[in-house]
Amino acid sequence: MQFPAYTTFAQRAGHWVLWLACGAILVFLIAPVLVVVPLAFNNEPYFNFPVREYSLRWFNELFGNPVWLSAIRNSLVTATLATVIATALGTLAAVGLNHRNLPGKRLIMALLVSPMIVPVVVLAVGAYFFFSRLGIANNLLGIVLVHAVLGVPFVVITVSATLAGFDMGLLRAARGLGASPLLAFRRVMLPIVWPGVLSGALFAFATSFDEVVVVLFLGGPGQTTLPRQMWSGLREQLSPTILAAAFVLIIFAVIMLLVLEMLRRRSAALRGLTE
Amino acid sequence: MDKGEQTSLIRRLRKAEWRGRLRAYALIAPLFVFVALSFLLPLGSVLLNSVYDPVVPEGLPRTLRALAEWNGPRDQVPPEPVYAALAQDLKEAARAEKSGPMGGRLNIEETGLRSVFMRAARRVSAQEQGPWAPFFESADPAWAKPAIWGTIRNLESPEHALFFLSAVDMKRQSDGAVVRQSEEQRIHVTIYFRTLGVALTVTLACLALGFPIAYLLAHLKDKTANMLLILVLLPFWTSLLVRTTAWVVVLQKEGVVNALLQSLGIIAEPLPLIFNRFGVVVAMTHILLPFTILPLYSVMRQIPASYVRAARSLGASPSLAFWRVYLPQCVPGLSAGALLVFILSLGYYITPALVGGATDQLISHFIADNIGRSLNWGLASALSSILLAAVLVLYWAYDRVADVSNVRLG
Repeated sequence: MQFPAYTTFAQRAGHWVLWLACGAILVFLIAPVLVVVPLAFNNEPYFNFPVREYSLRWFNELFGNPVWLSAIRNSLVTATLATVIATALGTLAAVGLNHRNLPGKRLIMALLVSPMIVPVVVLAVGAYFFFSRLGIANNLLGIVLVHAVLGVPFVVITVSATLAGFDMGLLRAARGLGASPLLAFRRVMLPIVWPGVLSGALFAFATSFDEVVVVLFLGGPGQTTLPRQMWSGLREQLSPTILAAAFVLIIFAVIMLLVLEMLRRRSAALRGLTE
Repeated sequence: MDKGEQTSLIRRLRKAEWRGRLRAYALIAPLFVFVALSFLLPLGSVLLNSVYDPVVPEGLPRTLRALAEWNGPRDQVPPEPVYAALAQDLKEAARAEKSGPMGGRLNIEETGLRSVFMRAARRVSAQEQGPWAPFFESADPAWAKPAIWGTIRNLESPEHALFFLSAVDMKRQSDGAVVRQSEEQRIHVTIYFRTLGVALTVTLACLALGFPIAYLLAHLKDKTANMLLILVLLPFWTSLLVRTTAWVVVLQKEGVVNALLQSLGIIAEPLPLIFNRFGVVVAMTHILLPFTILPLYSVMRQIPASYVRAARSLGASPSLAFWRVYLPQCVPGLSAGALLVFILSLGYYITPALVGGATDQLISHFIADNIGRSLNWGLASALSSILLAAVLVLYWAYDRVADVSNVRLG
């Protein structure tokens, strides 16, 4: 570490204290996630160290047990459907919201972002009341609808942020050259903003894939999802299969992180921004 | 350009602007309709259920009418026509299979009323005619006392505030007076304060831990900062259940922390680190920390280093320059991060349920409990409405300081 000549001793000491504190905090952030990894490969049915023998026993259990398999399948189906709804409607709305000086824009934005902050239990209770009346409680459809709503803020925020850097002149040029609005959107806007749309979709997918409260309220006995299965596992019998599932989800998070970073760079490059 | 041409141009411009706006609204409309159906209407039904409660008025219409006609004082038993009307209503309810919900509803007001009510409802079909007052008294002596009638009269209107009274630990007695609940039944106010306390602790912890990290990241070269940012974002992207599971593994009695401390000889007995308030605060802080770091980091990155340098060269000590020049510029990030964490903590359910003990459950737990176990939907709705109101007020404040469209998500 290079310090300029004029730094005092106290400043140098402060610098090292900051680094030390930050190191400790980063350990606090990352260590719990990493601790799970070796335990998922523990041959014995324990949740604690030391691991004497490594095996894939709990992964065989995870991918061999029909209960877990159907939970994984349900999670994938729910998250995919919710993502499609949230991304399609969210992208359209973000394009609309990108219109400059739109009256009521701030209020609409506040409404569309609010599913992120409304306590999920309250929304789940309301959905339970309302969907029972419509007859779609205890049904995958109800879960998909609420999960899509939970994904909407992420799509709207990321797509809006991407559009903020989009040169609307390009769209006008395309229209002036005779393209229909749809063609201009498809051939001019989408090729530039797709990384933002895809990031929003990933956020929405992850939100649904990780959601358990709504599933607890709206899911019938047949609608066990992966998080719900983990939840009941944690509450009832602690089986290391949960740790194997946790490992799979960590890998999922790493992939998400990498893809998002790639998309961010792609988006910056497409919009002609240099880092 | 003459005058006429000018006005027509202005008119055409206005028209074009309006067309553009309408197009924008049309693009937003599908999402708006979807959000209204799957978000606003569900929340609306929560609000509705917290004040609308038609079970008893719909089930006992004749009885309530007779009671209203009589309109006697609440310390007296009503006359025979009221009993006769009740018998009629109960026969009807038995045919429509509505007695069960009504019994359950009365039981919420006064424990034990379900069996009193159901016994009368079962016997009434066998009885052809009155006198009804002695018949009900023989079914259960409670029918000959004023209390049960006061309770029924409290429920006479389908809209009432009884659930909200109950949510703030008050009740309306059978004599009509609104009083506080008995000592051992005052639970909800304590839970609201507990929820606020945990949210505040978690927020302060997040600020204390998030500030140094954001500061460090903002003062590193971009490349190093991006590397370290991964350490913040990976837990952020990891499933909430995985992180909660991880804390069970780390903090449990034979867990990593206890094993480490014991092998170092710092403690002899394992410390109780989980299934208590400590575990809840630690796990929630871990989960919410990125929500403080990210907005703080993006604000700190915008702060020009020259300001602090200018303050220093003008003679300010490092600490004075920090407090008077640097910190005030962080306030937007600090308030945005703190408000977001505080709002999100208020609604936490999963984490306290898995790493907390019985006395560490927050308000969401009691909402879920009233839906699933106690079947008091009205109370659950009233508790939810209060929580929702608190969150919306804070959200409004958040929108003031940080404009919701600028939320940073990694």
